[in-house]
Amino acid sequence: MSLALSTQWICFLVLSTTLLLGALGVVLLPNVVYAAFLLGGVLLSMAGLYLLLNASFVAAAQVLVYVGAVNVLILFAIMLVNKREPMVQARGLLLRRLLSAGVCLALFTLLLQVILGTPWALPGPPSIGETALTRIGEHFFTDYLLPFEVASVLLLMAMIGAIVLARRDVLASDVITGEPADQALLEKQRTPLLASKDAPSS
Amino acid sequence: MFMTPLATIQLPLATVSGGNLDLARGFQMALQSWGVSPGLAHALWLPLPMVLVLTAAVVGVLASVWLERKVSAAVQQRIGPEYAGPLGILQPVADGLKLLVKEDVIPDRADGLLFTLGPVLVLVPVILSWLIVPFGQNLLISNVGVGIFLWIALSSIQPIGLLMAGYSSNNKYALLGGLRAAAQSISYEVPLALAVLAVVMLSNSLSTVEIVQQQNSAGLLSWNVWRQPVGFLIFWICVIAECERAPFDLPEAEEELVAGYQTEYAGMKFALFYLGSYINLVLSGLLVAVLYLGGWGFPLPVEWLAGLLHQPLESPLVQVVMASVGIVTTVLKGFLLIFFAILLRWTTPRVRIDQLLDFGWKFLLPIALVNLLVTAALKLVFPAFFGG
Repeated sequence: MSLALSTQWICFLVLSTTLLLGALGVVLLPNVVYAAFLLGGVLLSMAGLYLLLNASFVAAAQVLVYVGAVNVLILFAIMLVNKREPMVQARGLLLRRLLSAGVCLALFTLLLQVILGTPWALPGPPSIGETALTRIGEHFFTDYLLPFEVASVLLLMAMIGAIVLARRDVLASDVITGEPADQALLEKQRTPLLASKDAPSS
Repeated sequence: MFMTPLATIQLPLATVSGGNLDLARGFQMALQSWGVSPGLAHALWLPLPMVLVLTAAVVGVLASVWLERKVSAAVQQRIGPEYAGPLGILQPVADGLKLLVKEDVIPDRADGLLFTLGPVLVLVPVILSWLIVPFGQNLLISNVGVGIFLWIALSSIQPIGLLMAGYSSNNKYALLGGLRAAAQSISYEVPLALAVLAVVMLSNSLSTVEIVQQQNSAGLLSWNVWRQPVGFLIFWICVIAECERAPFDLPEAEEELVAGYQTEYAGMKFALFYLGSYINLVLSGLLVAVLYLGGWGFPLPVEWLAGLLHQPLESPLVQVVMASVGIVTTVLKGFLLIFFAILLRWTTPRVRIDQLLDFGWKFLLPIALVNLLVTAALKLVFPAFFGG
């Protein structure tokens, strides 16, 4: 076996092992911070698999978007809350776990069935390597233009939603409860320091 | 600078392929002529450039630490280190040795695993990014097609390490420092990527080698800095912010946060952070040179100079001289920029965190977008000057 091929095999085995173990860890670990860091590891090993498939642009985009942006934001949110106490035990936890395990197993069997049942053309089409970037750009601006633009509209909606949720003070009424909301609800009522000079008018 | 000895040793071995020096082929063909199998020759070649670039990075760190100490001393009208070696040139080595033998303390209530992993995650992406720094036509580890995009992607991993370090230290200053570092890194990555995108648009390629090549048609005059003056400033500011250096050293603001995410670190783990930040600084200096200042290109076009001396471009001697000049030019440009970064650090006051985020999102981001649009428009109108 040549050097390149054996390196590829070792890389593939290592990456898939870390991916599977990491994914199991994300689901099974009770510590939410560990789960979030492991998610970063899982996404990184996924990028490694893309790299093995000769899709370097997709791999770099995966790292940039999922590890650098999504995972960092998840971690950011966890650490801003930063509660070190264990989660409250919900009622019927065992039943819930069994149910979710059953659903996951069923989904896994279904996927396995599809994977094993599909007649894959092996070996697949040769990878286009460095020209992939041009090809992706062409597709984005021709036949995949609509999904591309719709995705950007979706992101815009998410952004506006986040701004509305974060800045409730700019709206007359609360988005969720419908009660009248303004700055006074968020901040403490301003009390004049010199009460005698500047009596409140209301 | 650091590849010159190799280039000179390889002089009899250097193979000129396609009019360019190709050390890899020369090395492998020399080994094969001694009866080594092609596969083994390739395997023997592979680690060489990596070790060489790693050494270059570490030596670059030592040089920039010394420069930092000397420049800061000059700015504050002190003398700076002077006893360790001539002009105190061995001071960074002494610093490193001290950190190496220092006790490695892990705080009692800290999370040992994450505490150890944090500095590693900060350092590894920075070192990996050296993959794409070109010192010459073929003098880089790998001319990957995604080139500069790889650096942007890798540098986005760093905040995870910083958050990890901040969180696992179990210290409120460390946590705040880690959060600040992540926020700052995310905010300045966006205008940075947009500035890079404008350069990529000019050169029609993400590869660092091609970005340098399209700048070197007319020496100094064809450098990107003239076509992208705004982009150059945006990129420079963002790079300083990504390196967390003053005036943007919020994550480790001494007066507020002790030392930010590094507060609980000592010994070698602290040294990893230190090393990471300086490797990042050297890398940033080199990348600014590559993207905007013509990379390995000499201010006067080398082809023109060779023509003036009546030397054929293909001869091995000219190739080796050109490669050496290229390496020296790249390193010189990089260190000039590092010098400016150091000067900036010791002469500007720190901004506040709200000013920092406002500056990133409300000023740099719109300017970077406008810069991108203007570049695209100019590319359509003057394709000859803007790489149509």
